[in-house]
Amino acid sequence: MSNRLPAGEGEVLDRTQALSFTWNGKKLVGFEGDTIASAIMANGHHVFGRSMKYHRPRGGLTFDFWDPNTTVQVDNEPNVRASHRKLKAGMQVSAQNVWPSLKYDIKAANGLVGRFLTAGFYYKTFMKPAALWPKYEHILAKFAPGGEVDLDTPHGRYDKRYAHPDVVVAGGGPAGLSAAIAAAEAGSSVMLVEHEHHVGGHLLWGSEADRARATDLVAAAAAAGVEILTNSTVTGRYEDNWIAISQRNHPGVVERLIKARAKTLVVAAGTIERPYVFKGNDLPGVMTSGAVRRLINLYGVKPGTQAVVLSANESGDAAIDDLRRAGVSIARVVDALTGERIVAANGSKTRVKEVILDDGAKIKCDLLVTAVGWTTPTSLLNMAGDRPVYDANAARFFPAGAPDNVLATGGMVGDGSIEDLLEHGRATGELAAGRAVVVAHRLQAATARATAVVSPEPNYPADERTPLDRWPHPELFRASTHGIVDYSEDVSSKDLYSAAAEGFDSVELLKRFTTATMGPSQGKLETVNTVAVLAQARGESIADVGTTVWRPPYAPISLGALAGRINEPKRVSVIQPWHEANDATPILAGQWVRPDHYGDAAAEVRNTRENVGIIDVTPLGKLDLQGPDVSKLLSLLYTNKWMQLPIGGVRYGIMCAEDGVVLDDGVTARLGEDHYLMTTTSSGAGTIWNWIEMWLQTERPDWQVHVMPVTTGLTSINIAGPKSRELLSRLTEIDLDPKAFPYMNVRQGTIAGVDDCVTWRIGFTGELSYEIHVPSGHGLATWERLLAEGKDLGVKPFGLEAQRIMRLEKGHFIVGQDTDGLSKAPVTGLDPLLKLDKDDWAGLPEVKWTLESGDHPIIVACQPDDGSIVPEEAAQILRAGTSEIVGRITSSRMSPTLDRSICLAQVAKEFAAAGTSLEVLLVDGHRITATVMEHHAHFDPEGERLRG
Amino acid sequence: MLLVPCPNCGPRNAGDLSYNGESHARPDPKTCTPEEWRTYLYLRDNPSGWLVENWYCSSGCRKHFKIERHTLTGELRSAILPGSKPGLTKGETK
Repeated sequence: MSNRLPAGEGEVLDRTQALSFTWNGKKLVGFEGDTIASAIMANGHHVFGRSMKYHRPRGGLTFDFWDPNTTVQVDNEPNVRASHRKLKAGMQVSAQNVWPSLKYDIKAANGLVGRFLTAGFYYKTFMKPAALWPKYEHILAKFAPGGEVDLDTPHGRYDKRYAHPDVVVAGGGPAGLSAAIAAAEAGSSVMLVEHEHHVGGHLLWGSEADRARATDLVAAAAAAGVEILTNSTVTGRYEDNWIAISQRNHPGVVERLIKARAKTLVVAAGTIERPYVFKGNDLPGVMTSGAVRRLINLYGVKPGTQAVVLSANESGDAAIDDLRRAGVSIARVVDALTGERIVAANGSKTRVKEVILDDGAKIKCDLLVTAVGWTTPTSLLNMAGDRPVYDANAARFFPAGAPDNVLATGGMVGDGSIEDLLEHGRATGELAAGRAVVVAHRLQAATARATAVVSPEPNYPADERTPLDRWPHPELFRASTHGIVDYSEDVSSKDLYSAAAEGFDSVELLKRFTTATMGPSQGKLETVNTVAVLAQARGESIADVGTTVWRPPYAPISLGALAGRINEPKRVSVIQPWHEANDATPILAGQWVRPDHYGDAAAEVRNTRENVGIIDVTPLGKLDLQGPDVSKLLSLLYTNKWMQLPIGGVRYGIMCAEDGVVLDDGVTARLGEDHYLMTTTSSGAGTIWNWIEMWLQTERPDWQVHVMPVTTGLTSINIAGPKSRELLSRLTEIDLDPKAFPYMNVRQGTIAGVDDCVTWRIGFTGELSYEIHVPSGHGLATWERLLAEGKDLGVKPFGLEAQRIMRLEKGHFIVGQDTDGLSKAPVTGLDPLLKLDKDDWAGLPEVKWTLESGDHPIIVACQPDDGSIVPEEAAQILRAGTSEIVGRITSSRMSPTLDRSICLAQVAKEFAAAGTSLEVLLVDGHRITATVMEHHAHFDPEGERLRG
Repeated sequence: MLLVPCPNCGPRNAGDLSYNGESHARPDPKTCTPEEWRTYLYLRDNPSGWLVENWYCSSGCRKHFKIERHTLTGELRSAILPGSKPGLTKGETK
């Protein structure tokens, strides 16, 4: 059975383009321009799904963006608004909340047990006994509303855009269009945002004259340069008019989030028609006057054959005309203005059948249309601080006052003819443009580096708009019977009464307890009815009850749009192409991609200990420090002393935060009188740069120090192993004789033909080693030269894993691995580096008090007594035979050098003495013993190898 | 999102800057008591009204500055770069 009407003048369909799709597996055909819902309705289907709690069959209610009853599954995508989403060929559409089928839904039995799903059932039902909760959860999950999520669905493309329009207009009805045109003609850049697919608002389903007016307005807006965004929603207004816009029709992306900083915001969201509350008000075939007007005029769909119309306003009257024109017989007009009322509707499971009036008359019908008044969607004004006030004479809320950079116009602020609305919009647009000029002037004047503002600030335009009238409207919220108030959350007026009786009688409490207004329509259809029913239950007026505060979002926004593109930056050293060509297994360390190993980390360790290895350590944070006060800065930020470091010297230091916790560590070299090169941990490079700048700018602004990050400007290569001196000597004229260039010294010179290289002797791996820093343009060539020149020496690259093993063999701790956010500097056990006799350093007082109390854990080296077992990192250390945690393993590896497992651990002081036996709880539940070592270094504790 | 007037770059999205919280003077580490130091580290006045706080123009000019913010209205005023004028300290208002 087709409900499609003959082609009409104002329809948005292209009847030459037929689109095939399926509805619950059945093949149907719609037209280009149809929404999914209008196409289904045109094919004679009028039940779209079942309600979330009671599983009652539901038909379309409003047939616009806000329709709570036409949520469907489309292909892999759940929860699609069928009354908004445009039909596309090949869509597979199915109903939600139905099992096993839309017609025979087993859970509809809930209708019988509805008394168990009363107000606040979320908080009351299935709560006790707690032991049964897993069972309850399993059952409840089957009742959860919504469609099917396909976890294999690929991540869609989402995007973001930043915009700085002078004026954003939210709402593309006549008033919004008029405001946008006026603002643009006054010189403002204007963005007009309309959440439906076409601008024009209610003009689009109005008379021929109305439609002609809409066409003219759209042409004028385009001519004035207004940027019109359709199928887009202003979802939020935040401080200083930061406006979030969800754009759903941008080519190539699922959804785009526009972050617009507007100088003024015009809110022209219009009004939204309220449903009426009565017994049977959620039967399929009960809908608003706007719904039938849209179905007939925009989509050429006949909504029924025999209608009863409850009309309290001109929208109801216009719907009657539309229905007659569409060939629907009008069984009865119930004129609310003369006091006529309906009491209830009865029907079959799938359709309204009769309406009962308050005089007892029963009228047969298959369509019941209600036109009972309007809700003002003041959300965006609420977000700006407005608290709307109820006007009983007009039976709706009105804005009471927003900040002066947020202006409202159109149906939100009053009633009038089209001419009145356009005039109010025009005045609002001019006011918005005038205020935007002043805001722009102030922004420019506040920017020190911008072109200086010479002109005086323009006058701030006062609001001299003529207010719109407020037309009287009867207060029609609920009939003498109870019905559904919130369709998407399945909350009835009876639920609201019982919640109020239970004490949830403030509107904000009622909302949270019953979840009324908290569904996908975000209260646009439900809030005022909720307030009205609560007022009835309390025996008070709506004005006394007040309303809830609408918060962002205006309409739901996808998480994908908030996340935007996935574009985490990836950092690599200039040697990375070589690593990739030589089968390095990559590891992600922060943003850096580094070689973890080249096939066998243990072999890399052995080769480095026996011959020579090279590792790319470019991610090491590097800061070039220059100026007469660098030594004072180093003394302030490191715990140890720096004033006597000679030129050519290198020193290791620990930095603390002001709470005494270890922040970073590294070596710093003195290259010249006033010139130092500092290294930080790879992950701490950015933090320490900020940390230094903060101290220099806020606490020591008189010190003269320049800080320049050179992490990627220098390629860093560590050459380690007994043959490292021999290898480097083949590439440089720098005197490498240990007397001329001892351990912990730095030299500058030419390496592999590259001038201005820095090389220093340090010992992270425990081997004789030279760390060279080469201007990064020469990094890859230097790496390749080292490998070529050292072939006969057995030079091989080693990766991060081999370096970590060797540093653990050597007992060097890693900040953030062996320390954590509670580890104050004494935890490192490096007391000689904590110079309490200095006047000041970051964290000094806390470190001093910690040392005085002696009450802190400490890092020790330990070895499992069974050297074949490697305890997991973070394995707990327990007091023997108990479950008292006294420490944890912080690093553990199998040592290729010692051929046994080795660890660093943090333990309570009483367990720190060499020889102490520790009980370690493995993840599998077994306990093993380990012994605390005398030195942190498991290997070469005297450091003979690295000093050689 | 607040529009924060960096004294150097002009008004910028708060997300372009780092918020470093209430402005507190640093006690002398040699002479302070644990109470004084931990007040500096952890205790915040969080007044309902004007508050002097630290911001860092981390995605812009990398300047640290102090600004007064009204915690009820979000209004911002009197941005000051340290070193350019005597810095405001806790409790002071301009």
